[in-house]
Amino acid sequence: MSGILTRNCVATVIIQQLFNGLALGMAYALIAVGYSLVFGILRLINFSHGAVYAFSAHIALLFVGLNFGIIPAIILSIVLTGILGVLIDKTALEPLRMNNSIPMASLITTIGMSNIIQNLLMIFFNTERKSFPAFFDFGMIKFGSVQVNSTQVVMFVVSLILLVFLTLIINKTKLGLAMRATEQNSKAASLMGINTNFVISATFFLGGASAAIAGVLISGYYQIVYPGMGFMVGLKAFAAAVLGGIGVLYGSVVGGLVVGVSESYAATFMGSSYRDSVAFIILILVLIIRPTGLFGKKDIKKV
Amino acid sequence: MDKNLEKGKSKNFILILESFIEKYKVPIAGVSALILLGLPFMGFSQYIMRIFIMIGIYSMLALGLNILTGYTGLVSLGHAGFYAIGAYTASLLSLKLGANFLVAAIGGAVLAAICGLLVSLPTLRLKGTYLSIVTLGFGEIVKMILINWDKVTNGTLGLKNIPRPSMFGLKLTLVNNGMYYLMLVLVALITLLCTLLIKSKIGRAFMSIKEDELAAIMMGIKTTRYKALAFVISAFITGITGAFYASMIGFIEPNSFTFDISTLIISIVIFGGMGTIRGMFLGSAILIAFPEVFRFLMDYRFVVYGLVLVLMMRFRPQGMLGWKSQMPYKLPKLVKESLKKNNKDNLKTQQI
Repeated sequence: MSGILTRNCVATVIIQQLFNGLALGMAYALIAVGYSLVFGILRLINFSHGAVYAFSAHIALLFVGLNFGIIPAIILSIVLTGILGVLIDKTALEPLRMNNSIPMASLITTIGMSNIIQNLLMIFFNTERKSFPAFFDFGMIKFGSVQVNSTQVVMFVVSLILLVFLTLIINKTKLGLAMRATEQNSKAASLMGINTNFVISATFFLGGASAAIAGVLISGYYQIVYPGMGFMVGLKAFAAAVLGGIGVLYGSVVGGLVVGVSESYAATFMGSSYRDSVAFIILILVLIIRPTGLFGKKDIKKV
Repeated sequence: MDKNLEKGKSKNFILILESFIEKYKVPIAGVSALILLGLPFMGFSQYIMRIFIMIGIYSMLALGLNILTGYTGLVSLGHAGFYAIGAYTASLLSLKLGANFLVAAIGGAVLAAICGLLVSLPTLRLKGTYLSIVTLGFGEIVKMILINWDKVTNGTLGLKNIPRPSMFGLKLTLVNNGMYYLMLVLVALITLLCTLLIKSKIGRAFMSIKEDELAAIMMGIKTTRYKALAFVISAFITGITGAFYASMIGFIEPNSFTFDISTLIISIVIFGGMGTIRGMFLGSAILIAFPEVFRFLMDYRFVVYGLVLVLMMRFRPQGMLGWKSQMPYKLPKLVKESLKKNNKDNLKTQQI
């Protein structure tokens, strides 16, 4: 009798953690999309993305504190974070592209930018952990013996809608077409009359906006905000993007889900200190077996 | 037109500087050696001496990474991992087995080098950014092992009371400046190692891999072997530095080896000038001293630090001292001798 009961418990925990992981993973996927889009076009790891994510959460908190109401605060945060993304591109990265400088230079520039953003956040918002309103908490939803927090459902659904929306933008609109063209060959694209600099800025805006939504969702879930929050989440989302094949949108989603689910399983079954590294172990294993990630395209090099 | 002229001028300036250094090699080396040896007697406070030692440590780290990134063109974002392995292994050897500093340091360095070999194995398949990602993951995994392997590494509490090195019955400390001189010796040895390595056949192979890997393969260079070798040497140097750091600071914990350290090392390499040895010293001196010197900027100093990196990449991406040598290429001795011989033979035939 008791054996059956414990087995039931284990099953419940497994399913429960699956839901936790899926919700978190979808939010990771949103951040991962930002990495993936930028990498696809510029072949650049954008290390400032984690800081951008932290920025979005702080801006949302600021406007909530100013009594703007939740929805306007979120919208303002999305727009401002998108603009921050464009600013990063315009001030720091575009001049480098003009100079045809080495790829490492842009990498270091993004590290410098993340340093600047994170430390400015520390100056203006203090380093302490601030509580964030749990604004989409409608209590628990029960599926049999499994309880799911409504926050998680909202996270999952909102992220899913946004990812579908992003996919539609990239596959169906003119801007998306321009983005794909720039990704394949930016020189040829600009010869075809595509303003590649505008396209790249638009990409940064999309990446920043999706990071902002993820920022609001994840901070609403953990109910905590601090300037260094972007670092680990950024690395994990990055791992997710690479895992699925960087530059491939649905790859980021799969990667985000794998990272999210494995993280919540690791936290329950191996201890919370393993939480942050599981993503990297999976990442390295995948990279050794398939160097371009699960769904990545192979680069063909002509001699 | 003007720009060209300016370029010509700056080249000339470098040429003048280089020929000046070449001409007065011995006095310049002597004076700088005297200054470095005499630093402890100039009445600096403990705090400043500590900064000097940190500059030395980061010079060594940068020299190690420079072999990999500057000369071979493989970008590592996980050097904090090798640093941590060196530090932990050496401290554990000296804490649990009571090993001498030298033995412990070499033990740490060897383990770091073995890990370097392991990390380099995926490089057989990965290129460019993907390789950087694997090294990044490596750094995080090392940190995770340090946190979770409680029995050996003492988890998040870290290792305490790491013994200071003692040599010839003399205990080296910060107070008697022993650590400073040990740092100088280590920096000198590692610089010598790097210089010799770069001037040798191995160094030329590294550089050819950086310039064009395909062409290097065509020239008969076994690139995978040399890439692995670059990883091993780089990790070895980083491991030794880790051992020294642990015994200097006396206390290490997993959070002393974060991703920030890796980015700091790579920033130094790029700031100073990739693929130069002189740049590493200037880079670490500026980037390490910067937050200390600009304390009056308070919280803004790290913002300025980021700005410096961004502006640097914008206006001088080759690094502070990253110029190509303008001096005529020096032929190796044997080549020179054989040339002379040939010339003599030619002269003889002409005379006849």
